[in-house]
Amino acid sequence: SCINMIRFILIQNRAGKTRLAKWYMQFDDDEKQKLIEEVHAVVTVRDAKHTNFVEFRNFKIVYRRYAGLYFCICVDVTDNNLAYLEAIHNFVEVLNEYFHNVCELDLVFNFYKVYTVVDEMFLAGEIRETSQTKVIQQLLMLQNLE
Amino acid sequence: MPTVSSRGDAMRGLAVFISDIRNCKSKEAESKRINKELANIRSKFKGDKTLDGYSKKKYVCKLLFIFLLGHDIDFGHMEAVNLLSSNKYTEKQIGYLFISVLVSSNSDLMKLIIQNIKNDISSPKPVHVNLALHCIANIGSVEMSEAFGQEVPKLLVSAHASASVKQSAALCLLRLIRTLPEAMTYAEWASRVIHLLNDQHMWLTAATSLIHTLSQLSPGDYKGCVSLAVSRLSRIVTSTYTDLQDYTYYFVPAPWLSVKLLRLLQCYPVPEEPAVRGRLVECLETILNKCQEPPKSKKVQHSNSKNAVLFEAINLIIHIDSEPNLLVRACNQLGQFLQHRETNLRYLALESMCLLAGSEFSADAVKKHRETVINALKTERDVSVRQRAVDLLYAMCDKTNSEEIVAEMLAYLKKADYAIREEMVLKVAILSEKYASDYTWYVDTILKLIRVAGDYVSEEVWHRVIQIVINRDDAQGYAAKTVFENLQAPACHENMVKVGGYILGEFGNLIAGDERSSPLVQFNLLHSKFHLCTPSTRALLLSTYIKFINLFPEIKPTIQNVLQNNNQLRNADVELQQRALEYSQLSSITSQDVLATVLEEMPPFPERESSILAKLKKKKPASVQVSLVGYHSPILAPSLLLVSLTVQMSLIRAYFSLFYQPTSIGYHLALFSPTYPLMHKTPVLLFMFKNSGVLFENALIQVGVKCEFKEQYGRVGLFFGNKTGNQLQNFAAAVSLAQTNPHNPQINVATQKEPPSQIDGGAQVQHFINLECISMFSGSPNLQLRCDFFTNYPAPQQVTLKLPVIINKFMEGVDMNSGDFFSRWKQLGQPTQETQKIFQARHPIDTEAARTKLTGFGMCALTNVDPNPENLVGSGIIKTKTSQIGCLLRLEPNKQAKMYRLTVRSSVGEAAALICSMLEEHF
Repeated sequence: SCINMIRFILIQNRAGKTRLAKWYMQFDDDEKQKLIEEVHAVVTVRDAKHTNFVEFRNFKIVYRRYAGLYFCICVDVTDNNLAYLEAIHNFVEVLNEYFHNVCELDLVFNFYKVYTVVDEMFLAGEIRETSQTKVIQQLLMLQNLE
Repeated sequence: MPTVSSRGDAMRGLAVFISDIRNCKSKEAESKRINKELANIRSKFKGDKTLDGYSKKKYVCKLLFIFLLGHDIDFGHMEAVNLLSSNKYTEKQIGYLFISVLVSSNSDLMKLIIQNIKNDISSPKPVHVNLALHCIANIGSVEMSEAFGQEVPKLLVSAHASASVKQSAALCLLRLIRTLPEAMTYAEWASRVIHLLNDQHMWLTAATSLIHTLSQLSPGDYKGCVSLAVSRLSRIVTSTYTDLQDYTYYFVPAPWLSVKLLRLLQCYPVPEEPAVRGRLVECLETILNKCQEPPKSKKVQHSNSKNAVLFEAINLIIHIDSEPNLLVRACNQLGQFLQHRETNLRYLALESMCLLAGSEFSADAVKKHRETVINALKTERDVSVRQRAVDLLYAMCDKTNSEEIVAEMLAYLKKADYAIREEMVLKVAILSEKYASDYTWYVDTILKLIRVAGDYVSEEVWHRVIQIVINRDDAQGYAAKTVFENLQAPACHENMVKVGGYILGEFGNLIAGDERSSPLVQFNLLHSKFHLCTPSTRALLLSTYIKFINLFPEIKPTIQNVLQNNNQLRNADVELQQRALEYSQLSSITSQDVLATVLEEMPPFPERESSILAKLKKKKPASVQVSLVGYHSPILAPSLLLVSLTVQMSLIRAYFSLFYQPTSIGYHLALFSPTYPLMHKTPVLLFMFKNSGVLFENALIQVGVKCEFKEQYGRVGLFFGNKTGNQLQNFAAAVSLAQTNPHNPQINVATQKEPPSQIDGGAQVQHFINLECISMFSGSPNLQLRCDFFTNYPAPQQVTLKLPVIINKFMEGVDMNSGDFFSRWKQLGQPTQETQKIFQARHPIDTEAARTKLTGFGMCALTNVDPNPENLVGSGIIKTKTSQIGCLLRLEPNKQAKMYRLTVRSSVGEAAALICSMLEEHF
């Protein structure tokens, strides 16, 4: 039967540099690179009048642009578009609070922390925790651990 | 006392390194800097045995960064694994991160990693447990499933584990189940898992995802979740935004959990208990009501999350499909969205309405929005929105609005994006056929399609219009007139030439009375296009010309001139050369009577589903499904037209061979050639219920078959009859297994002796093949025949047939009583073991006839088993050398609706699916 899950999460800048790639399916390295390039090609040509959803192979990409960064989630075609669109925003708000006005450079220099944030909010291709308060509490607790 | 530098978030060396990389002016400089760093790290790892945890962490993290930049990393894995056994969270975290991102599941280190995870998963520190769980979930390999399939569930229902650990455990388990469903034994704790939905903590989004997946795997065990999910949902939708503090997002209480619960409920039929059902309907009403309330915030986050819930609620309403009031309200709500300023909402409303169009209760309500949707087609800027509008127009099309919708789609086609044109062409073709009350309209529409988007008109589409014209007397004259007019355009698409050529060849006489379209004018018009066309179209035109000779004897000399022109007779294309030669011979040697018989009008095509529909279904399974009610399932007839055309040609050839021996210029009879196939090839599935018959026949050879089967053994007798007066030479018949692994064959074939290599004229020879079924297979073995028909013609002719060896031949019926049947039925309750199809009856519903078919198929039709005597139940065992596969079947007719529901269960899921698909055509 149909599995509905996140297939991958990508954060890319306009130039196509990957700032985060989180894979929830097995892909080999070449395939990953291809997906990264295809997603970039698909989302960067779209403008503000377009929807935040775009068909992609047998899936769809739900994405949102923040300044020069594209946050993209690849899900199955029958999954709930708006729920993932807001999941992206929820994630961005957490990053913003955690990094105090997040910018692209924060994601570069703290790439290993971004993975922690992702794992708090998404796991195994599913939404894990949605409460910003809870996530921030947990992140601050982890931050203070040695 | 830790120094500042060892604090979690400050790895100065790493930050410096990243800065250096960013400051590199060129790729070369970057590579140089990286190589320097790699050398440095390598020497640190090798040299200094007393490297402290902090340094190790820093270097491993640098390696990870280098890897993420796109460079290969071939060392450091061991150091990363060492970090796992550190007591410090930050060191562990980097170790686990490196492993999740970089270590492949077949690494030699996996045993060591698993040992470390085992230690951490039983650690008293929740943060360590979570790191371990996240690592398992991120890697998610089969090995992980085997190692932790029993551990993770314990955490999930543990009384001591924190909410955060449970959250991770739920999703970790979900990942393991997806990787290896059979590694889990979850049935016994189903009820404990279900009751997580009652948990006080709001970590339920994760738990609901897990229950959702478990419900899909074994719905029976988890159906208790329905009432709990409904009450949970009810509590959320009736709460105010202050109730669920942390989980309220822009004034919407727990939107993601609500969506998950609504999706979970779509795994099950609508609850039967009135109280639960009532509560659910109330929830859905409340969600719809909330959309009418003034928004609590102007922020898009507020409306998005509210609408995420709304759209999922509408999905559930469509899934339930028995609450007319809700369906109509949903439709009205979506109607408002169609005009919303947010593109996202317009898109989603179109998509969702497409589903509502398929429900009898809301179909009419959807149609009221026709104008808005047509307007969307014209004005939307985003191609994907326009595509949804096309889908919706297609879904809402009916007899009353078809002309308008088709006209709008045709108008849009002119400027439609290339990406969607082919699909639109298919849709227009289907709608115009389905709702044609008047075939002139249909013909006009298809010809217009070819004019507007000729390149996107696939073979199926232009074949179909020809089939329909041939089958409809009332359309033929009009079709001839219209194609003639269309061909007069100075530049017309090649597909138009094909359709025009074919139709004039058949029905040109119907318009020949008018001097403006006299035979010669028709011929000259077609021939003026000839040189611009590809060989396949030219070949078709040559057939038209020979048909013209029959229809219009007065222009025979003109046509013969063309056929005998060196451009044709010496054409580099063998096909064209051959046709020209044969046709010119046919026209000069035979009498008018013979010519008239051979070139008679095409017989009507058998009525069957349009192959266009099959094509569209293949292209877009999801969106067309809804609107296809009333069509039968696809019968593969990809190029029926070409087959019948070539059949007619092989008739010509066969006829020809009766009079003429091959000539020195190389005329030959293409006995089995793929381009001139077969007069009659019995589809192998017709042998599903019988063991003997004619497998293949044309004017020259007949292949008969007679089979016997017992347990896993089969004996196939083949009878080859040469129908001509000439000897067939170098005859060979080879059996091959299609798509089997040669090292692991599903069928073993032993032929007693080779077939004779010659068959005398008029003689019949026999050939026996013994075989044994080794394991379950689908399809049938191939029988490849080849021979040289004429000694002086070097190329062998061949044809591939399917042997009537089908899996059901190895099935034996098993008689059993009601108790045994249902207890076995229950045992085979996994969703993977069952295939169910609901379909329109193809024959009058008659239990006795169905019973006979089932017995013929190989199953035992059981009596006094099903409480409803109308239902048919059967059981059988497929016997193969390696296994015996039990199969149970239940066929439930619905006489009012003339529908059947066919359910097959088997210990081997593939067998159930196969039997179901084989049988559904036959009831």
